[in-house]
Amino acid sequence: MDDQTKLREFEARILNGELIEPKDWMPERYRKQLIRMISQHAHSEVIGMLPEGNWITRAPNLRRKISLLAKVQDEAGHGLYLYSAAETLGADRNSLINQLLDGLAKYSSIFNYPTLTWADIGIIGWFVDGAAIVNQTMLAKCSYGPYARANLRICKEENFHKKQGYEIIVTLAQGTEEQRKMAQDSVNRWWWPTLMMFGPPDGQSPNSEELMRWKIKLYSNDELRQRFIDLTIPQAKAVNLNIPDPDLRFNEKSGNWETGSIDWDEFFRVIKGYGPMNRQRIEARRNADKNGQWVRAAADAWAEKQRLKPNEMAGS
Amino acid sequence: MTEKNQNWEPWEVFIQPGQGAPHEHAGNVHASDAEMALQNARDLFARRGKVLSIWVVPARMITASSPSDSGPFFDPADDKAYRHPKFYTVPKGVRGV
Repeated sequence: MDDQTKLREFEARILNGELIEPKDWMPERYRKQLIRMISQHAHSEVIGMLPEGNWITRAPNLRRKISLLAKVQDEAGHGLYLYSAAETLGADRNSLINQLLDGLAKYSSIFNYPTLTWADIGIIGWFVDGAAIVNQTMLAKCSYGPYARANLRICKEENFHKKQGYEIIVTLAQGTEEQRKMAQDSVNRWWWPTLMMFGPPDGQSPNSEELMRWKIKLYSNDELRQRFIDLTIPQAKAVNLNIPDPDLRFNEKSGNWETGSIDWDEFFRVIKGYGPMNRQRIEARRNADKNGQWVRAAADAWAEKQRLKPNEMAGS
Repeated sequence: MTEKNQNWEPWEVFIQPGQGAPHEHAGNVHASDAEMALQNARDLFARRGKVLSIWVVPARMITASSPSDSGPFFDPADDKAYRHPKFYTVPKGVRGV
């Protein structure tokens, strides 16, 4: 069978709602696009631990601290599910990690902003994980089996993340004047960067057409962004927090909240490495890799020793 | 730059999600030996209770059928309608057969 026929069959399967599995024939572009997307997603989960990890030792009480610890551990797990999914496409995990350490890989722009106050931990759960859930709920239905299943697993865990974040914000918003101000300040700083998480507007998103044709994505960046906005605004209103957008208005006809224009220059600046925390994030990953090296080497040496032992010992 | 270690490899993980349920494939972990694979699998796939048992096996030990042969490989089953109960007729009104 020639590649044109295989491609036609592949696209027919996708149209038919079938899932593509690792050993199935797929166009090289499909494989490449998926490796790019899945590895960026994996890196985002791993880098995403850093802004939150920043507050673990300073959580205001034990209840908040155990939740935050559990959440950060979940993010590590999500990174691992996703690196596994990328490996099913033939990608090498070490190479992907090295691309991140070398500063060559992209990850979500949002994690290049600093967590300045405790309210930022609430906002990450509510806004950032809320946005991630919108995206990942779609990806759980994408055409590539291992990626869809990884996202399904992730979505089940993210719901706790969002709820714990919103609870933090609600507590602050209903607290003292100082606490309310802290929550509002956090909303002000994170609202726009969160909207940017969905990526450039549809007209300027170079990969979108192909990704949607192959059902790697089922909705466009702007559609997902709109869904997040419509979900979040009533949640903000419920606790009297203001969305920092003078142009925000409800469109009766469409039933959507319409926002003012997003500063895409800022988005591209941060993606290119000039956000407030880009350097620190990569630096922290490099240190973690370096500091863990002796542990991995020791485990390897131990395994080697067991392997070389005579068989009678191995079973004991 | 993260390094390669010769004994680290992917292990496929199967979990039993509840009493009486069969083990099902959950995903994989990287580990340097079986004990670490089990512990990593627990940390990755059993953080929220409910899991009763875990199996791990080096991914390279699994032999899988290939999708390109799936037609010829499985088609002996295609023309055996007599393996299904619908193939057989029962007189009207007879129940519980």
